Amino acid sequence: MSPPLRPPAAALALWTTVVILAAAVMAATAANGTSPASLPTIERQVMCVTCKIPLNVAESAQASRERVLIRRLITEGRNEAQIKRVLVGEYGPAVLALPAAKGFDLAAYLVPAAVLLALAATLAVLLPGWRRRALEQRERGQPPPQLSPEDAARLQADLDRFD
Amino acid sequence: MAIAVGLAGAGLIGLLIYGISTRSPSRTLDDALAAGVYPSAPEASAPLPRLGASGKRSISSYRGEVVVLNFWASWCEPCREEAPRLERLQRRLARHDATVLGVTYKDAAADSLAFVSQYRLTYPSLRDESGEFAHAFGTDALPESFVLDREGRIVAIVRGEASEAFLQSAATLAERT
Repeated sequence: MSPPLRPPAAALALWTTVVILAAAVMAATAANGTSPASLPTIERQVMCVTCKIPLNVAESAQASRERVLIRRLITEGRNEAQIKRVLVGEYGPAVLALPAAKGFDLAAYLVPAAVLLALAATLAVLLPGWRRRALEQRERGQPPPQLSPEDAARLQADLDRFD
Repeated sequence: MAIAVGLAGAGLIGLLIYGISTRSPSRTLDDALAAGVYPSAPEASAPLPRLGASGKRSISSYRGEVVVLNFWASWCEPCREEAPRLERLQRRLARHDATVLGVTYKDAAADSLAFVSQYRLTYPSLRDESGEFAHAFGTDALPESFVLDREGRIVAIVRGEASEAFLQSAATLAERT
């Protein structure tokens, strides 16, 4: 006996869930990367703690100090994760552009995923109904809506003008 | 469906309000003082690393002393104006079992130490590495100072640069109690 086939909408919702959760996990773990460090890469991931904007667009004296520290850590051979740990130790968690994937900050990753999931579920529920209504309408052979005589005359006049 | 969407929307708004309220600087201490109540210093037993020295200390370990708790950072311009005044105050307080106690906020230790050296500060400082200690005091801008009596209660707050009058009141408290 073959297993029951999943309805397309449920399969779509399942795949969407998997993709969204995978994206959320990847985003959450990206903050803990162990890849080799470069100043532009780190600058994009941390904040200027006094100006409260990403370091890569900050021009204050404090931003320069943070860059000096990052350059020194890169010279020492630290990787991204190690540099970010040092920065958090020096300036606190507020130095990270992405919130930590724990506690209340986890909501920053989960809420967008949940919203996308809810949209996918809504589409999965509504799409079959829309499709069924469209099919029923087509089967009933209803003619497309007709123009009123006035609109038809105006349209014809416009078309004639372009000829 | 409409009910589910409404509930989800309400949930998101609730989450947003909760997030904003927990991150906004609290004014509970200021409100208590305004009502004539001297609140105990929050996070008094939280151990904080000592700046320029090994080990940790909590503000509860200063119980029995009058403490002028000053949040500062090397990047804070008003702190540069304030530091010499605090150092003069420290020389007075030291004679009366009292001290200025700095707490650095969002500042690299090396930069803080350079500041201490530049202004020849003799009073001790602790490092608030996570920012949670400052958050408990409702601090999100520098400098800010809190006067703690010998029982560890907050008796005065200044959010911004401490005036001579404010520092004088701290010295008077130390000299008379």
